[in-house]
Amino acid sequence: MKNFIKILSIFTLICFTTAQSNSAETAKLLKTDWSFKGLFGKFDRGSLQRGYQVYTEVCSSCHSMKYMSYRNLREKGGPEFSEAEVKAIAASFEVTDGPNADGEMFTRLAKLSDKFVTPYENVKAAEAANGGAYPPDMSVLVKARGGGVDYIYSLLLGYEDAPSGMTLDEGVYYNKYMYGNKIKMASPLSEGIVEYGDGTEATLEQMSKDVTTFLMWAAEPHLESRHQMGFKAIFYLIILTILVYFSMKKIWSRVESEV
Amino acid sequence: MSDHDYQPSSKLGKWFNDRLPLLTLSNHLTEYPTPKNLNYWWTFGGILTFCLVAQIVTGITLAMHYIAHSDLAFASVEHIMRDVNYGWLIRYIHANGASMFFLAVYIHIFRSLYYGSYKSPREVIWIIGMIIYLLMMMTAFMGYVLPWGQMSFWGATVITNLFSAIPFVGEGIVSWLWGGFAVDNPTLTRFYALHYLLPFLILGLVVLHIWALHVPGNNNPIGIDIKKPSKDTVPFHPYIVIKDGFALLMFMIVFAFFVFYSPNILGHADNYIEANPMVTPTHIVPEWYLLPFYAILRSVPDKLLGVVAMFAAIFVLVILPWLDTSKIRSAVFRPLYKQFYWILVADVLILGYMGAMPAEGLYLLVARVATAYYFIHFLVILPILGFKEKTLPVPLNITEPVLGGSPNLATAKYKESFDK
Repeated sequence: MKNFIKILSIFTLICFTTAQSNSAETAKLLKTDWSFKGLFGKFDRGSLQRGYQVYTEVCSSCHSMKYMSYRNLREKGGPEFSEAEVKAIAASFEVTDGPNADGEMFTRLAKLSDKFVTPYENVKAAEAANGGAYPPDMSVLVKARGGGVDYIYSLLLGYEDAPSGMTLDEGVYYNKYMYGNKIKMASPLSEGIVEYGDGTEATLEQMSKDVTTFLMWAAEPHLESRHQMGFKAIFYLIILTILVYFSMKKIWSRVESEV
Repeated sequence: MSDHDYQPSSKLGKWFNDRLPLLTLSNHLTEYPTPKNLNYWWTFGGILTFCLVAQIVTGITLAMHYIAHSDLAFASVEHIMRDVNYGWLIRYIHANGASMFFLAVYIHIFRSLYYGSYKSPREVIWIIGMIIYLLMMMTAFMGYVLPWGQMSFWGATVITNLFSAIPFVGEGIVSWLWGGFAVDNPTLTRFYALHYLLPFLILGLVVLHIWALHVPGNNNPIGIDIKKPSKDTVPFHPYIVIKDGFALLMFMIVFAFFVFYSPNILGHADNYIEANPMVTPTHIVPEWYLLPFYAILRSVPDKLLGVVAMFAAIFVLVILPWLDTSKIRSAVFRPLYKQFYWILVADVLILGYMGAMPAEGLYLLVARVATAYYFIHFLVILPILGFKEKTLPVPLNITEPVLGGSPNLATAKYKESFDK
């Protein structure tokens, strides 16, 4: 029995270490205290709302979030804007709809059920406007990068002058955490680029943390209910395991053997 | 089945049982005499059955929402994750379930290797098991393609391209597999169809696997033949049912930790980037459970021979009952085999690690040595060991000490195998 648990835990450990070694990074990533990590991790509502502001005022001019809908912004476990707020947010965008009864396409204000309006018509248009580099869709960006939130957070803070001897082409920037250190996105954030409504000071670190939190929620909108259900499920399983263990002991006490 | 004398008590039961002996079958399954000294490594058969059922149930549910089209597959997975009720839960159980399935199957296989469960009279159980394992790898590989992420696409490209190594017909086979001249929508739709089909073949083979098991009965930690029923056996129900149930619950706790707290740790981040035939990922890595074979494939410099080596790595397992010449089943009484067994375990883990690393420099060298050792273990060490090894005296049955020789030594050794 002891042997069994020992070896099982070693196997699990090996799985973890090999999985992590897959996503090994070159520069050591910056860490910050994410509220959504851990057994009971939850998003910080304020941070999510500020993060949405950073996204919509800064990132969204180049980056789409095509799997997100405006209605998501008021759903439980997200930024939880009020319905009126989200309707106002949606109404600040225009979408093409149709065809109408006359067979014509028309534009109207966006509704809760609409997907986030994308900055470009298509990938080619996005590439053409950005020197050939496609600004990746941000819906699942956090999960699509080794290092996850720590990587995105570090990248936003990782802009530096290129070390001497390295020449950068026009429209290419140096970033400590980018693969190969060359990135086609200029440093997107600068002190005070947004003005937070809740009085939080818009420092570089604060904005990076807020927008990364927002992107984490966008990639895992059900993270909070996952953590809550996980705790309940595991608690239930542990209680049941203990009960079954004693039943097993009782049943096996009828035979002379160890279990 | 041996229990022909079973008679249902009710009249209706008798009437039905004469026409279809389902009640005889269920009686056989509950009464099935099982060695009472089975340890927890024997609970993985039940755990694997649970894994298969869980994969089929979650898989069918996912299939109701998934769209097998290269333009829509990635978006449909995001639809499942965001908008389908508990879709995230079902998908995470299915994705991590594959890893759990392989974790359990590797423990199950290595248990068999340690206690010599593949030896006569259980060769057919073992071979069916190996076919199941092969089908599992195919199913898992094709399942990984379905989300149509970058790793899906490039993994499919690399693996299907292996067949191009076959002389003369290789290229033809590859475009036949693809349904075109590159991995594309036709590849996705056929992989989806096969990914749905193969689990049911596995299910059928599991039935045969268990049927073949019920003919000679279970092997056991001391690896001796047991007269059944006897003092050495207990009926399957309730003794083994409750013990398997307990082990399954422990397994489910580990499973739940992955699903609820690190659902993406066993996958690759690149698979959350939609497939793009124009951009190749920096490292194309298969899922962790295929890494040892991937390491073997890459450690051979020639493409064709690499593919041959990879398939040979599985084939040596299939013919293992005839490669191992020792008459003694359990490693408990084989002091030398026991040591080689643990070296093999380490060797396979090393191969797995090398499979995840780039095939260059020291990594490649270590992978080559480990590959060579893998084959040496099965093709050289095991056949010779059966003749050279001085085994310990084996007890005659589970409850009583050995006849002749030094009984205390053997029982002490046997006890030791539990205490460790």
